Amino acid sequence: MKFALPLLMVLVLPLVAVAADVPTYTLVLKNHRYVPDELKIPANTRVKLEVINQDPTPEEFESTDFPAEKIVMPNSRTSIFVGPLKPGRYGFYGEFHQPTAQGTLVVE
Amino acid sequence: MWGIALLVFREVLEAALIVTVVAAATRGVARRGVFIGGGITLGVVGALVVAAFAGAISQALSGVGQELFNATVLLAAVVMIGWHVIWMSSHGREMARQMKTLGGAVQTGSSSLALLLAVVALAVLREGSEVVLFLTGMLAGGAGGLIPGLAIGILAGTALGFALYFGLLRIPVRYFFTATNWMLVLLAAGLASTASRFLIQANLLPAWGNQLWDTSWLLGNNSLVGQTAHILVGYDARPAGMQMVFYVITLALLWMGTRWLGHGTGQPRAATSATAVLAGTANSGN
Repeated sequence: MKFALPLLMVLVLPLVAVAADVPTYTLVLKNHRYVPDELKIPANTRVKLEVINQDPTPEEFESTDFPAEKIVMPNSRTSIFVGPLKPGRYGFYGEFHQPTAQGTLVVE
Repeated sequence: MWGIALLVFREVLEAALIVTVVAAATRGVARRGVFIGGGITLGVVGALVVAAFAGAISQALSGVGQELFNATVLLAAVVMIGWHVIWMSSHGREMARQMKTLGGAVQTGSSSLALLLAVVALAVLREGSEVVLFLTGMLAGGAGGLIPGLAIGILAGTALGFALYFGLLRIPVRYFFTATNWMLVLLAAGLASTASRFLIQANLLPAWGNQLWDTSWLLGNNSLVGQTAHILVGYDARPAGMQMVFYVITLALLWMGTRWLGHGTGQPRAATSATAVLAGTANSGN
């Protein structure tokens, strides 16, 4: 555990440097649905998704089509980095409300 | 109720598979039940604590606290499993011999066991905290069938774990620890690969190719078999290049570790391990 802090700092440093100029897109969770439920993002580009949870319950933004697994607490927001992805359709969902919380990333 | 049961089942299954592999790998070891039970209990307590602080963890370190937390937990498990695997490579044969001659009871040093207790605890903590958050959400949303859903999910997940365990027990004793050791190695490699996913998602690491291949048509990540394979051997239908790097490096390190640290001193250690084992028992007798 002695090396945990330096390791952490080494890991966090590139974030500060890189995160500035990444295109950002917003997804809102309301009534356990994603708005919009279809989001267009550019191909072969790393993008930042801002997920805003307006519901009073936690949700987990997750996908099996691209690496994404993150809990979004009630009435709060979080961000997650996606891609670069090849053109195509990539599904994502809210793991805690799968019947309604479904969406698609349209990469083109 | 079934929706709740399904989610709980999936989370419990992930933890149960890890616990099962650990349980099999420590077969015949004295006081193993106490260690595994203790690990599960610690994990459940930890899950409640993590869920209670989920908001704070998420906001920490400019929003990447959750990813770093998950990656750290996973990599800690990888290190502990790795340590045990390397330790076992010099003691496994001796353990198998003891099992045959002493009729199943193996005495072993407690340090390696304590590591596996921590692995069990971390696995339960990670999956359990998701279950707790999910259930609090369901509770707040006024969903019904919470208790039966939770019970069915836990029972079904643990049942599959037990099924795997009894399946593993059919492996002949002679090959048993070799087999469970390999399972631990693959488990560790898979956990390392999952850890890198979190670091990619937090933009702390590049993906190095988001889809090295796509076998989702054959075995989807979300299917029961796909999820089981994901935990046991690190299967991913659409892995990123960086995941592969973590996977291969873990495999290589453990392979080299067992080669150089394990077998290299295997002969003299085997000869003295009876006394070492006794010393270990004496030390752990507090």
